[in-house]
Amino acid sequence: MIRYSFFSFLSGLLFALGLSVSGMTEPGKVIGFLNITRSWDPSLVFVMGGAVITYFILFRLIHKRSAPLFALQFSIPERKDIDLPLLGGAVLFGIGWGIGGFCPGPALASIFTGKPNVLLFAGSMILGMVIADQLRPLLSGKTKHFLNQGFWKTGNPDKKLEPAQPQPAHPPTAAEL
Amino acid sequence: MEILEFSWLPALAGGIMIGTASALLMAFNGRVAGISGILGGLLSRWSPDQWWRLTFLLGLVLGGGAAFYWAPEAFIDITENGTMQVLAAGLLVGLGTRIGSGCTSGHGVCGIGRLSIRSLVATLVFVGSGMLTVFFSGGLQ
Repeated sequence: MIRYSFFSFLSGLLFALGLSVSGMTEPGKVIGFLNITRSWDPSLVFVMGGAVITYFILFRLIHKRSAPLFALQFSIPERKDIDLPLLGGAVLFGIGWGIGGFCPGPALASIFTGKPNVLLFAGSMILGMVIADQLRPLLSGKTKHFLNQGFWKTGNPDKKLEPAQPQPAHPPTAAEL
Repeated sequence: MEILEFSWLPALAGGIMIGTASALLMAFNGRVAGISGILGGLLSRWSPDQWWRLTFLLGLVLGGGAAFYWAPEAFIDITENGTMQVLAAGLLVGLGTRIGSGCTSGHGVCGIGRLSIRSLVATLVFVGSGMLTVFFSGGLQ
């Protein structure tokens, strides 16, 4: 497993180079894109457009295989429901993105600049993530029951993608029991 | 705050690199290249099959470091945010991406690239919310 992790290292490396080439490591360019009513910077449209189209084409080719090269199975989210956490989380993220001009990728790729604002942002982002994970088990009783109706995902998010246990095709006979 | 010069070619080239890097992670490790999901997963639990998360993030941080060494001008920050603003922004991004199950990479690139309806909705919401935030905070002149 450790051996195969080298390949995800290469992916991370190329991801960071792409972020810096595209200008997304400059918070001013991100805020410039969100600044739609004044002097708008359309850079992010080209970054997202280039990334989405490339991923769309390559994903279709990759997904023809039955499994990835160095793992047992593809782990792809299959949910289609639009729930409250998805919308609320996106609203909160958008506010933070609009204030700081940083999303998680560029913030981590900028750590070696050593700038106080980058380090502070990365630290408080990690704190926010830990708080979000701690909030989940705190929900109890009615709230938890309500949220579990597809309004909040619980448990290990990676586990939900594993196939269900195979069920016997027929009820067990008396002899089997 | 002045607007930065817009150039579409590096933006497109960088975008293609990001899309390729994300596709490589799917081809190699079968995983969605969502930065908040990869980091959040690492923070919430550790098991030996999580090594790919750690090495991906190591590549991201070191790749950024190499880019900063070659081209420090790609990391210029013209925003005039104070400590409290940066702190609030980081907290909101951390909370929001974990509660909303993704960020610009996981929802915006990989999710939309797979034609996921959840990711498309999330992306429209966080872009809209970001635009409103910049509008009300004064933004760029």
